[in-house]
This record gives sequence, structure tokens and C-alpha cells, in this order.
Amino acid sequence: MAAVKEDAGGRGGGFEGEMEVEAYRRLFPLPYYERHLLESVRPDARPLSSARDTSIAVGAVSSADGSALVKTGETTMLAAIKLEVMSPSQDSPDEGSLAIDFHMPPICSPTVRPGRPAELAPVLSKQLSDVISRSKMIHLKELSLVSGKAAWMAYLDIYCLNADGSLFDVALLSAVAALAHLHIPLVSLNDEGRIIAVSGDPSRKTTREVVNKDKRKLSLNSVPFSLTCLLHKDYILADPTAEEESIMDTPVTVVLDSLDCLVSLYKPGGAALALTSSLKECVSLTRRRVQELRSILDEALQSTEMDED
Amino acid sequence: MEEVRADGRNGQQLRPLVCTRNLLHRAHGSAQWCQGDTIVLAAVYGPKAGTKKGENPEKASIEVIWKPKTGQIGKTEKQYEMILRRTLQSICILTIHPNTTTSVILQVVSDSGALLPCAINASCAALVDAGIPLKHLAVSVSCGLTQNGSLILDPSKVEEQELQAFVCMAFPNSPVTVLPEASSSKEGEPMEHGIITSTSYGSMSVNDYLCCIEYGRAASAKISEFLRRSLETEHNP
Repeated sequence: MAAVKEDAGGRGGGFEGEMEVEAYRRLFPLPYYERHLLESVRPDARPLSSARDTSIAVGAVSSADGSALVKTGETTMLAAIKLEVMSPSQDSPDEGSLAIDFHMPPICSPTVRPGRPAELAPVLSKQLSDVISRSKMIHLKELSLVSGKAAWMAYLDIYCLNADGSLFDVALLSAVAALAHLHIPLVSLNDEGRIIAVSGDPSRKTTREVVNKDKRKLSLNSVPFSLTCLLHKDYILADPTAEEESIMDTPVTVVLDSLDCLVSLYKPGGAALALTSSLKECVSLTRRRVQELRSILDEALQSTEMDED
Repeated sequence: MEEVRADGRNGQQLRPLVCTRNLLHRAHGSAQWCQGDTIVLAAVYGPKAGTKKGENPEKASIEVIWKPKTGQIGKTEKQYEMILRRTLQSICILTIHPNTTTSVILQVVSDSGALLPCAINASCAALVDAGIPLKHLAVSVSCGLTQNGSLILDPSKVEEQELQAFVCMAFPNSPVTVLPEASSSKEGEPMEHGIITSTSYGSMSVNDYLCCIEYGRAASAKISEFLRRSLETEHNP
């Protein structure tokens, strides 16, 4: 305890050893962070406004119709899409549908226990489907096969493999990447008017006509990207880790699409109040992050296209 | 200047507010908040001893249970519970009763738009009724952006479905104080302009969002005034 106090009071003095700093970090997390913030740096050596490195691997699941594995720092998400044929609803006969589910298995974080569903999972799931449907990124009409008869039902499942903060951002990015990677399989109508999959080589002559020859990819317009910032006193920390989220409890998630429209601004409570100036700051940080993420996503998609050719 | 809405209001008009407290005998505090035809009943039990696993025992914890009008609770209700819990946590003084849990139970009586703001206002009044120590009150309002670009406050359910986008927000109430330095402000913005909670649906420009916030602030001052007046009057059930 004496060593810790010494460390808390004055800098150095022979107590800079590995154990003492680690103990100080665990016993007094907030002062530990504040001393870093005072120097405009975070314990993982990032400046306050920069996000962690992000990598996208599309096509990670070969059995799915579209998939992506996204890593931001340690946070890892796997998104996969499975398509199924369904009959469309009476109200919208020429539209398919998209069902989004977010899963947090116990392996992703020490706070999730086996047998008990994570509290956060349904909330994030709702937030993701709100953002994706409200941003009008995908036209549900493109998922239609035969008007009034058959349409695609896309099941988009996002699995959190490692929850180390900014879950929504990474989940949204993985969902977007999986949708961009989605390959719609070829189907044709059989004699009874039912949809069957065209198997094997598509260049081979088939007796039946393929229904969706020119609709193999979704055209994504206005892709949404998001950035979560933590507000603490006057500081704004972009892309927080799980440790930072547990210590400073005011997250603000801004979702902007590629046309610079605000799709969602989500601030659920928290100790700090968001003034207009800090909101503007968060929005401008998000704008910068959107540019970054767009180029990372384009690069990932291009490199897989080259692999496939 | 602007069009009249379906229910005869103009853009900046709220629906009539009614706040009734102390309706339930067994609860430690209760309140019903009506905003037009949207009615939410909130009950507060606590502080009860002990916190749930995973909560910080050095602080009081708040638990929110959302009861929909009909049926099971789904993802939307879970999201409301989460937003409400975090909003209420930010207005309560959590260090006064450490290692206790306060339950806030919300029963939706009828939903005709702006459900979340109505629930925030109801639970805030119920917390006051139960005598839970609070830093300040939270007042909440929703604001929508119509297809033709005009802003309307407190949209009803019918209006909500036709909106391009809408925002729900909660602000701290304006403090009444005799101390000149007590009204803390930062960069010319007073404390009550800070946003406690904001959720938005639908895409709009950043400027439209900031306009919504401005509208919301103006309306929240009125609601705050109403809440203060209704809390000052004694109820004799």
C-alpha cells in the first residue's frame, strides 16, 4: 500500500517497477487514466482521438453466402449471411427481408457467463437492425425473385468473438462487409413453379432458365460507418477499449453514412453531459474515421475479388 | 407560417401533460405521466439491501423493469430498459446508499408515440415521490423531422410513422438557485444544455440534428417548469 501511495503522489522514486504500476492501475483505475489523459496519451500509447488498427477479412466462412471477419484492436466480430427462399408477405410482394441477430457467447468476455444470455446482446441487435434498415443501405427489392411468389430471406448473424470495447462499431463494420461480400446463388424455377438451386458449373447448359442471372450482388448505397467516443470531463476518447468503457461511463456513438448524413446519434445516459461543442467534436472525429474505414473496406473487397478471378 | 398537424397542434406545441403521483399504496414511490394519449405508470421500490452480481457494491444500483401493454418483452423493450437504467443512474446520487438496489418498474398503459420520453419523465417523477436522492431531474422530449423538412415536437404515433427521422432526448432540468456560481457553465453553455440521453432514428443532416436538439431544449424548459410545479403541489390520495 505504501508503494502504491508513493506512486500515486510523486512520479518515479524507484517505484516504477512492473508490479507497482500494475497494482496502481487496478486499485486506482480512474487516477491512473487521468494522469495519462493529462499527457494526451492513453495507456496503449494511442493519442486520444485515434482509433485502433482495423483489419477486414471478407469471405471468412466458406459455407455462408457472405461473410466477414473484422478486428479492431482486440475486438473481433464474425458476420455471416445465409440466404433462404421464402414467400414474401402480402403487404410487400416484391421485397425480400433481412433478419439481424447479434450473439455474445461466453467466450467473448469474462462478464458473460455461460447459460445466461448477455444483457447487451439484444440491445445491440436492435441498434444494428435500426441503423441498417433506417440508413436505406440495401434495397429490399433487390432480394426479390418472383414478385409475390418468392424472395430471399437473408439471415445476418454477427458473433462477437472477443469483446474489447466499441462493440457496436465493429459489429456494424462486419455486417456491412458481409453484405458487400454477399454472393446471391443462382436459382431457377422448376416445372411446378418452385425455386430450386442451380448447382454445379453455371456455364453448363441448363434446360431451365435462371431467374436471377443479373442480380448476383447487392448494390449498396450510402454505407453507414460508426465511431464510439467516451466523454470524460473535457476529454473525448475515440474507439475505447473494454477497460476504458468500464472506468469512464459516458459513450456517444455516432453513425454517419457515406453521403455524410447522420443515421444515428446514440448516447445512453452516463455521468458526463454532452454539450453541443462536444457533440460537434464527436461528429468530426467520426467523419475522419468514416474515410479510414471506407478505404479499408474497399481494399479488403478488392483484394478478395482479385483472388476470386 | 407553418402547417397545422393532424391533431390541430403547430410544430412547437406539446400534447397536454398530466402528472399524478402516489397512486400505488405498496410502492415506495409511484407516478403516472400522460402526454396526450401516451400514458406510462412508474413504480419505485427501494433502496433494497444488496446489489446483483456484477454491480459495483460501493454504489447504489438501479434496476429497470419494462412491462409492455401486451405480450412478452422483446429487443425494443430491452433497449428501453438499458437506456432508462443508464439515464436514471446518471441523475441519482449513487454514493449515498451503497450496496443497495432500487427497482423502477414501468407499466405502459397506452402508447401513442413518444413512449421513451414519457417513460423517462414518469420514472423521474416516481423517484422524487420515493425520496431517492437525485442530483437533478431529467426531462425528456422527442422531436421529429418530417418529409418536407420541418421540425415537429412530441410527434404522435401516426406522425412518427411518416417521419423521415426522429430524436428522443433528455436534458437536466434548469436549476433554481440563489448561489450565483452554482449554475455551472462551460464555454458559454449552461449545464442544463448538456444532453443526458439521445437516441435518433432515420437519416438526417448533422445540422437538422442540432436543430432538433435546440427545439428539444426549448421544450424541455417548459416541461421542466411543469414538472417542478406538479412536484410542489401536495397530493392527497
